[in-house]
Amino acid sequence: MKQDLVSNPNSPAEDHHDVAFTTRLEDFINWGRKNSLWPLPFGTACCAIEYMSVVSSHYDVSRFGAEVVRFSPRQSDCILVLGTVVEKMGPILKQVYDQMLEPKWVIAVGVCASSGGFYRAYHVMQGIDEIVPVDVYVPGCPPTPEGIIFGLMKLQEKIAKGGIVRARDRYKLARK
Amino acid sequence: MPEIDTNLLESKIPGLMAAFSGETFSVTDYRGDLMVVVPAARLREVVRFLKSHPSLPFEMMMDLFAMDYSKKLPETPERFAVIYQLYSVTAGRRVHLKVFLPEEKPEVESIHDLYAAANWFEREAWDLFGVVFVGHPHLIRILCHGDFVGHPLRKDYPSDQYQRLKNAAPVSGL
Repeated sequence: MKQDLVSNPNSPAEDHHDVAFTTRLEDFINWGRKNSLWPLPFGTACCAIEYMSVVSSHYDVSRFGAEVVRFSPRQSDCILVLGTVVEKMGPILKQVYDQMLEPKWVIAVGVCASSGGFYRAYHVMQGIDEIVPVDVYVPGCPPTPEGIIFGLMKLQEKIAKGGIVRARDRYKLARK
Repeated sequence: MPEIDTNLLESKIPGLMAAFSGETFSVTDYRGDLMVVVPAARLREVVRFLKSHPSLPFEMMMDLFAMDYSKKLPETPERFAVIYQLYSVTAGRRVHLKVFLPEEKPEVESIHDLYAAANWFEREAWDLFGVVFVGHPHLIRILCHGDFVGHPLRKDYPSDQYQRLKNAAPVSGL
């Protein structure tokens, strides 16, 4: 391979061992973070069934580096809330979120997690952003697997830009 | 109230009239299944009779739930009702029992010792409608969280009145 490059007079690099490019350390870390998300599926309803499709071979979320699903909050950095969160479940979701290590992100998958959906009734939390800071909302009832992947890509864009920590700090200040 | 058809009740559940002589049951027939309105004071006796009926034993309790009619109507003498659905495995037949309970004091005797399945159903009816089952060993909330105030499926509970739970309850006392 190296022989081919050297022998090709049109090759821009004489020796590709010398190839280097510069970046900021923050961007480099964010690039690593966005491409190795460890999701925690907080599945409470049908959105979790869609997420099973996302993880399995047909949609294959490992193409985006987010296939290492962990059921321990200590081992994950991206919690996907997949389904209806009732008032009784609220403190449990908060506890799981609090156990996750920084940096951490939240995706509200489906209308129930985002706004309560059609459960406009006494028992359902009207959106999980009442108790945890949400980074990406995925609409749909349930969203298609493509929709969930699109939400994940939006989160990746957000991580690449940085500023998520600042957004969460703003949220904490607003809630104090 | 619909007309009391004694012949219908006798043909469907023989012996019930004789066992509770002096009692008037309101009976309606829906596709072969009877709906019998029972006075609340005699519910336990009727259920026990049906469970140990010689030819038509209702061995299973399929369902137990409460209703809120929100006000007295000609066909609903009281605001609340509890409906019991019994099933006879041997005969393949069902019967529905209905007791009306007054708004001021919605109380009926528990049947948890006759049908073990009634235990959690009665807790559900108490949680959501506030119907008290006298003699129940553990009448606490089963669906709503522990800090919840009121009974949410009553017609006068505002459907958008949310009640936030601060801390998750420990997993015990189920």
